[in-house]
Amino acid sequence: MKQMKIFAAPYLVWMVVFILVPLLMVAYFALTNDEGRFTIQYVSDVGQYANIFVRSIWLALIATVICLIMAYPLAFILSRMDKHKQGTMLLIVMLPMWMNFLLRTYAWMTLLGNNGIINYLFGLVGLGPFKLINTSGAVVLGMVYNYLPFMILPLYSVMVKIDKSVLEAATDLGCNFWNTLFRVIIPLSVPGITSGITMVFVPAISTFIISRMLGGGSNLLIGDLIEMQFLGNAYNPHLGAAISLVLMVIILLIMTVMNQFSPDDQVLI
Amino acid sequence: MENVVSLKDIVVEFEDGERILKSISLDIKDKEFVTFLGPSGCGKTTTLRIIGGFIEPTSGDVLFEGKKINGVPPHKRNVNTVFQRYALFPHLNVYENIAFGLRVKKLPEKEILRRVGEMLELVNLKGFEKRTVNRLSGGQQQRVAIARALVNQPKVLLLDEPLGALDLKLRKEMQTELRKIQQAMELTFVYVTHDQEEALTMSDRIVVMNGGVIQQIGSPTDIYNEPVNAFVADFIGESNIVNGHMPKDCVVEFTGRQFECVDKGFSPNETVDVVIRPEDVKVISAEGAKLTGIVESVVFKGVHYEMIVDGVDHKWIIHSTKAEPVGAMIGMTFDPFDIHIMKKTEE
Ligand SMILES: Nc1ncnc2c1ncn2[C@@H]1O[C@H](COP(=O)(O)OP(=O)(O)O)[C@@H](O)[C@H]1O
Ligand SMILES: [Mg+2]
Repeated sequence: MKQMKIFAAPYLVWMVVFILVPLLMVAYFALTNDEGRFTIQYVSDVGQYANIFVRSIWLALIATVICLIMAYPLAFILSRMDKHKQGTMLLIVMLPMWMNFLLRTYAWMTLLGNNGIINYLFGLVGLGPFKLINTSGAVVLGMVYNYLPFMILPLYSVMVKIDKSVLEAATDLGCNFWNTLFRVIIPLSVPGITSGITMVFVPAISTFIISRMLGGGSNLLIGDLIEMQFLGNAYNPHLGAAISLVLMVIILLIMTVMNQFSPDDQVLI
Repeated sequence: MENVVSLKDIVVEFEDGERILKSISLDIKDKEFVTFLGPSGCGKTTTLRIIGGFIEPTSGDVLFEGKKINGVPPHKRNVNTVFQRYALFPHLNVYENIAFGLRVKKLPEKEILRRVGEMLELVNLKGFEKRTVNRLSGGQQQRVAIARALVNQPKVLLLDEPLGALDLKLRKEMQTELRKIQQAMELTFVYVTHDQEEALTMSDRIVVMNGGVIQQIGSPTDIYNEPVNAFVADFIGESNIVNGHMPKDCVVEFTGRQFECVDKGFSPNETVDVVIRPEDVKVISAEGAKLTGIVESVVFKGVHYEMIVDGVDHKWIIHSTKAEPVGAMIGMTFDPFDIHIMKKTEE
């Protein structure tokens, strides 16, 4: 046991230096002013941006739901394939992630643009052009496209563990397809669902690249807001830290609610 | 008695074109305990899955109470299965596992409570209702699997090597238990095992299979006393199997000597299998004996001694209540009706 502790030491140092200290610094910045005195001024200022918070949560939520609906059947089909085919298919699912995140999102900019390929194709059949870029729909699309694999993977890894004979037992006991889905497959994949939701929702709610590139100026998200406080003209690190702190609390609350739905031994975070 | 399940010329080929079942035909009667017996890989599970509806035969018909049920999915068949490795629902406790089929049928809560209660009593699992299934022992999981199937009161229960993972003592207990349940509830059991002793003790009828072909169908005593070929004889208990031929009716020649027997109708130059059970070999004095051999080994088996006797052309297995000293020369003889002559099966 003692030796184990020695091995754990580097991680402990890592956690303190790169996780705990920054967290405390964020809290410190959020709760002090330029003179270093305690104030809740910045935290209460966050209230002004409630609409941006609501929009961020809303878009991230929609993206998460779409990811779940798309990934669930895909992950299930994947998990039922021949073992040797599964590897290849997983590779195909993961393939887009090997490309640079910026590049992928940039590609969507040109695809969705007013003179982009999609509008060009619509034009061929006499439709459009539609306003596709710089809409909240484009932001959701960007989120879904970029984060879908993070939904597929945890779902898949839970579903491959569902034994084929358990599904056969369900049909043997009178279940049709829907019964099997709701009585066996979904309950057994709850850990995958919750961790998939976490892995899509958390990055989606705090993204700023996607909204900047696909959402134009009118679809500002929390991520953009925070970025502006540190790198933009509105330079105000105290407010930026306060927004981060509030966002953290919101995510924490949402995850706590999520955990109520997971089995006891599968707590997230 | 009416037939509950009938299989008519069932052929199963998997994608690779390999023929797993080669024309299986069988009638299973109401309230009967039928056992599929055969070595691993002979197609027992496949046959059971045909009845359960998990695979469709390449050709041939499956009848349930006289009606063709080819293509009917498992959830619409009045048949339940106890799977080879239990296949319990890991997300449900013991009670909910057993209640599963009743909940799917949307029975009232009160009736579910009553019927699950009866089952818990039947399989001796009262007090385990709230336990999650992966915290049960193998034997307890097995009993949950049986209760989960039985609670639906199926016409036919399919059991795929249900006791395979249990230790010997527990297996013996469960054999008696299952037989009792089957008789008390007046159900038809279709049971799969590769254990010949299990098949002999539990079944009304045994279906011996090998290589996707039914070798013999009969009661345990028929199968044991009148095996139709050397495979069945060897699979059902140990046997001495030697090549021989019959110069005339009621005389068989093997290992160069002629013996009186009771079989007739083979042509003089046809090679036949001569099968003699180890307990039917009589040990006599070597002097004047037609057949002699030297005792190679003696092992005490509880009720009898098992001796291997080297008779030059064949090593004889002999079961006897008296042990002979190793290295001794002994004589062997057989009663005419203990010599079984069988047609050679082409492999
Ligand atoms: N899905 C399948 N695809 C191809 N071959 C199979 C499949 N299932 C079983 N087999 C083959 O069929 C044969 C019989 O299998 P099975 O019925 O399970 O035998 P048993 O239950 O008697 O041990 C085996 O050789 C097995 O390899
Ligand atoms: Mg089997």
